[in-house]
Amino acid sequence: MTFTEIQQRAIAEWQALKQSDKPHILVSTATCGQAAGVLAVLEAINNELAERQLEATVTQIGCIGLCYAEPIIGITKPNCPGIFYGNVTPEIVPRLIEDYILGDNPHPELALGTVGEGAIKGIPRLFELPMLKSQLRIVMRNCGFIDPEKINHYIAGGGYASLVKALGMTPEEVISEVKKSGLRGRGGGIGFSTGLKWEICHKSADPVKYLICNAHEGDPGTFVDRALLESDPHIVIEGMLIAAYAIGARQGYIYIGDEYPLAMQRLKVALEQAREYGLLGDNILGSGFSFKVEIRRGAGAFVSGEETALIESIERGRGVPRVRPPYPVYYGLWGRPTNVNNVETLANISAIIEKGGDWYAGIGTEGSKGTKLFSLSGNIAYTGVVEVPFGMPLRRLVEEIGGGISNGYQLKALQPGGAMLGLIPASLIDQPIDFEGLVSIGSRVGSGGLVVLDETACVVDLVSMMMSFAYSESCGKCVIGRLGTKQILSIFQDATSGQGKPEDIKELAELSESVALGSLCPLCGGVAGPIVGLLSYFRKELEAHIIEHRCPAGVCPALAK
Amino acid sequence: MEAVSLVIDGRQIRAKEGMTILEAAQAADIYLPNLCHDADLEPYGSCRLCVVEIEGSHNLVTACTTPVTEGMVVYTKTAAINKVRRTAVELILADLPEDYLTSPRNQHHDLPKVAAYLGIDRPSLRRTARTFAVDDSNPFFDFDPNRCILCAKCVRTCNEVTCAGAIDLAYRGYESKVATFADEALMDSICKSCGECVVRCPTGALSPKETGESKREVLTTCPYCGVGCQMYLGVDDNRVTNVRGEREGTANQGWLCVRGRYGIAEVVNHPERLTTPLVRRNGEFVEATWAEALSLVAGKLAHYRGDQLAVISSAKGTNEDNYVIQKFARAVLGTNNIDHCARLCHAPTVAGLGQSFGSGAMTNSIDEILGAACILAIGTNTTAGHPIISFMIKQAVAKGTKLIMANPREVELCRYADLWLRNKPGSDVALLMGMMRVIVDEGWLDTSFIKERTENFAAFQKSLKSFDLDFVEGITGIPRERLVEAARMYALSKPASIFYAMGITQHSHGTDNVMATANLAMLTGNIGKPSSGVNPLRGHNNVQGACDVGALPDVYPGYQAVADATIRAKFEAAWDCYLPAEAGLTITEIIEAAGRGQLKALYLVGENIVLSEPAAKKAVAALGKLEFLVVQDIFMTETARLAHVVLPAVSFAEKDGTFTNTERRVQRVRQAIAPVGQAKPDWLITAQLAQRMGSQGFDFAHPAQIMDEIARLTPTYGGISYPRLEKGGLQWPCPDAEHPGTPILHTKQFTRGKGRFMPLVYKPPQELPDKQYPLILTTERSLFHFHTGTMTRRVKGLNSFLGESLVQINHQDAAALGIADGEMVRVISRRGEVTAKAELTEVSPVGVVTMNFHFAENPTNVLTNPALDPISKMPELKVCAVRVEHI
Repeated sequence: MTFTEIQQRAIAEWQALKQSDKPHILVSTATCGQAAGVLAVLEAINNELAERQLEATVTQIGCIGLCYAEPIIGITKPNCPGIFYGNVTPEIVPRLIEDYILGDNPHPELALGTVGEGAIKGIPRLFELPMLKSQLRIVMRNCGFIDPEKINHYIAGGGYASLVKALGMTPEEVISEVKKSGLRGRGGGIGFSTGLKWEICHKSADPVKYLICNAHEGDPGTFVDRALLESDPHIVIEGMLIAAYAIGARQGYIYIGDEYPLAMQRLKVALEQAREYGLLGDNILGSGFSFKVEIRRGAGAFVSGEETALIESIERGRGVPRVRPPYPVYYGLWGRPTNVNNVETLANISAIIEKGGDWYAGIGTEGSKGTKLFSLSGNIAYTGVVEVPFGMPLRRLVEEIGGGISNGYQLKALQPGGAMLGLIPASLIDQPIDFEGLVSIGSRVGSGGLVVLDETACVVDLVSMMMSFAYSESCGKCVIGRLGTKQILSIFQDATSGQGKPEDIKELAELSESVALGSLCPLCGGVAGPIVGLLSYFRKELEAHIIEHRCPAGVCPALAK
Repeated sequence: MEAVSLVIDGRQIRAKEGMTILEAAQAADIYLPNLCHDADLEPYGSCRLCVVEIEGSHNLVTACTTPVTEGMVVYTKTAAINKVRRTAVELILADLPEDYLTSPRNQHHDLPKVAAYLGIDRPSLRRTARTFAVDDSNPFFDFDPNRCILCAKCVRTCNEVTCAGAIDLAYRGYESKVATFADEALMDSICKSCGECVVRCPTGALSPKETGESKREVLTTCPYCGVGCQMYLGVDDNRVTNVRGEREGTANQGWLCVRGRYGIAEVVNHPERLTTPLVRRNGEFVEATWAEALSLVAGKLAHYRGDQLAVISSAKGTNEDNYVIQKFARAVLGTNNIDHCARLCHAPTVAGLGQSFGSGAMTNSIDEILGAACILAIGTNTTAGHPIISFMIKQAVAKGTKLIMANPREVELCRYADLWLRNKPGSDVALLMGMMRVIVDEGWLDTSFIKERTENFAAFQKSLKSFDLDFVEGITGIPRERLVEAARMYALSKPASIFYAMGITQHSHGTDNVMATANLAMLTGNIGKPSSGVNPLRGHNNVQGACDVGALPDVYPGYQAVADATIRAKFEAAWDCYLPAEAGLTITEIIEAAGRGQLKALYLVGENIVLSEPAAKKAVAALGKLEFLVVQDIFMTETARLAHVVLPAVSFAEKDGTFTNTERRVQRVRQAIAPVGQAKPDWLITAQLAQRMGSQGFDFAHPAQIMDEIARLTPTYGGISYPRLEKGGLQWPCPDAEHPGTPILHTKQFTRGKGRFMPLVYKPPQELPDKQYPLILTTERSLFHFHTGTMTRRVKGLNSFLGESLVQINHQDAAALGIADGEMVRVISRRGEVTAKAELTEVSPVGVVTMNFHFAENPTNVLTNPALDPISKMPELKVCAVRVEHI
């Protein structure tokens, strides 16, 4: 089949769905939906349809990003706009079917918003919702609107056209376009230029190179990659294909933790469908370019998301970081040049190839281009996954998109993810989001997690929890990481249990400096971030714990009066 | 390699490209503290002590992992660096026993030195140490996790150097621990106790049970196999106290195995060493003076004609010992009846490769193993026989070398192989010819090599006709697809190197087996090039040298035929005597001649033929018929007990000399301690005997003079002398004083001119299973023992690994016979019977039982078949028919 034929077939399927005279019910069955109970809702829908002998198409979709409103379903009747409903329970299902599918009452009080042509009285447009209104959805363009297990849905929306376009370019041209876009790695590191990394890999004389998609998302509070993989796996696979073509890799791996069974399942289906269409494998679309992808499962170690530990894990099983340099792009999997890109990074590629590097570089700030996905959680009104352009101040992300603090309290701090980033105090939330800007206030863009804390939270307790995480996730390889996290955790355990000694504050400062300077990898080196944040922005609260044996927020049980 | 210049702490340094900053600093004598670095191991970067600052880089980097680059500016002593180093050591000390730094037993380890360098004298941080039980199960060393800092040097050594994989890091993070599989005691694991981990431990967590301090060290050559490991014997008060490997310019690169590291001191210092001559009076041994004993022996020997006399020499002795002994046999006793145990190991190699190539020795060198694209290891349990070579083969496999194992038994290397061919015992010719048939049929042969460098190809090719794959599959038991795959792998992965040992030679068609390997190498052009060739692994420490210097019945030193009148005349002139023209008897023939009463007296040096000869009962009876038996050894062996006179010899630690290792490298043996008791070096005893018998030409004052005589008479040793050997070993051929030695044979032409293809036919073993004797017995060696156990069985720790010969029997055979694991059974052949404990295993295939022959209590060679290879006179030690019974 030529790609045009594939496209025609996909569009026909999509059109048939859209123009069907049957009602179309969308059910958001990503992990966030399932956690909220959507499977019971899905069962109720199927039962209800069967009982009433109603013909309707039920499609499982991924995550729109409005996790606070899960379970979410959408109903589209012929010639009507689609209506999304939030917080749906199995009990509500019969009412919606009875009243809206069979009747004319769309239940505006249960609806989140509408999509598609036309309007329904009393229901806002979905994309006018505060959480969606200020977003710029490039990477998440399909999330929640297509069936992630149907490649035709992705192709009908323009999917894999960028691959075809890239195959018509030289690898150098592809790299040049990506460089021009200014795209930087989204994996939580320093934000290395993706195009430059590809170029280094491309220029290596080694005939064997590898591409790895790092889908091992493990930071507490970060779930952007999960949302992407569960909602639109093909956007990542297309990105991998273009990357592989650019660098000259014939073999790729997707490394994903076992904690993400649904993402893994949807990836497997997607890979199989891409293979069936000849979009993966030998001589892709007759271009002479061949690329194969295998999924490799992580076994639960957080640090296996660090690229060298990930490579070790693929090679010999035990996820333990190697010293960098040499960076994987020079000496990676099996000693070959290896390009490791994060899920979100790869998900940006198809749009860049489609619309051009210049277009992409027009979004964002001077140093940070495009958009960034964030997963919002904590004491905030709207939790979920959002995509915003770089340059947006944190305040808008928290107050506008996130709806602000939910319970009338004041914002105390933001905890960006990675696990080990510096706390951002409420006083600094006018800082625009970009790589260098967040570093300048002692934090980082990170992998996209954003935990919002109000004044009822105890930051010492929070950082203590983070130290406990670092301690238990430290791989144990390097002396400073293994024993430094243990030592620091002991200090925090003492602090939150009334055993603190005044000299502990100095020791924390000293240790955090040594750990930052001397750890083998960023996991343990990163513990310095929260400690420094604590020392610079919340020193009084720390001193209250350590010196006065008092928890101002009243959170630490041993210090409760 | 390009030179790179960089600046370290303001000093301009030149370093080789590819070096790390740490290596460059060390080469320039700049100290960087470190605890996890080792030159043999991949950079790891875990201890964080060698961190340095590089100008222009915002992070500290570990010097052990960072390669030097041109113009690099490095600082090693900034405040940040100091902070990291101090924190690392303080964190470590908080995690170790509180008295770690002050405890005297830790002082000679690296950690206290590093702490002292940083000015840290006591732990200061919150204590994080946990308490672990010490694993003291291993007889040679203890593992105390309380003193472990998880630098993983031991684990990495076990994975990267020895590739045993016995230990690894278990658990994660702070809970990490060095552990065996399932965290069992070391003795219950697959650890083979080489001790390579122990020597690298920077804290004493792994420490030898006997921490013998030495006052001085002497560099010498290990006596426990043909690898010829260079080692230092630590000496104090005329005792060997410890052993360590030497890295520089050696075959072993500093590595040692369990025998070499832990099996020497106890043997050399053993209270049962023979210390005075013993003479049998009224059936009992009584002590005698040297004068009494020597004059008795001289008088007795003088009593007989040459053909009534025989001398058996030893591959354990030095070249100088063997030279003097063979000279004694020929020039003094007037007989060519001189042989040694090479007859029982590589006589077919000498004969087979001699005919195919012109010299019967390893064609290539040990250090080329890593360069091979493919290794075919056939009939070798390298792990047991040549442990250090097995390290290297496993290292090569880890780096991508394809390994084809051909062995009926699942020896350790089979588990590392890309392809394991489990051929039936005795089917090697069919296996190899089958592979060659495939190679020829598929066109994978090297036609230009065959045309230019070889002869007799047409006849050989004709002989391939009888090896069609159905036939080969039937004989070998190997499915044809695997055979084709083996042929493809060997022929198409170049360079490919063949290694073999006793599994090839100890057959009644051993010479055919050897010639088959030679054919295979020539067919694919895998000879005369680096990392290729045919490489017989010589078993004894000096079996190569004993052959080289003429302890063989048909050749003088340098394989110069006694039958050649010109050669004979040369030696007659040199030795000033008349020499017999006929080749003498081989070991097996000597025993037979004794049994017939034809041989009257035997002078036996350093051999224990009661355990090593096939059909050993017959051999013992034959020795009993001798009128006079002299045994010269370091212990009262089973054979010595039968002697009329026993002469006490010194061990290798008490004499100077040379051994020639399996790769033809002549290396020094150096005297470390004074002789024990009145014992004397073999060469000296024999020379004094010769002098007592009135012969000239034995007035050597030092072995160096013997080597000079060897060099004068042996073209391949022509350039070898002690002064040259001080700078390291030399590989023969080394014809003159300027010649650098020869790492690879047959590079431009074969020793014999053209390589000769040998047409071969399949010959089954002489004795096959039948109704009465339904199983095949094959013999093997253990890693923990050497030959007849004379030395190693005196090491308690080695006995605790293996203290008796087990009858390894497959579960299926055992089930059919109702034999339980650990049950004492009787193994019976047409020649005798032995009792031993049964071990049920899958290592031995169905229908095959395996025993080793190190143990006098269950002397396996009572059972084996003395049927000889017609060319080399090698007995068929690897295959005989037996039955196994309950007792």
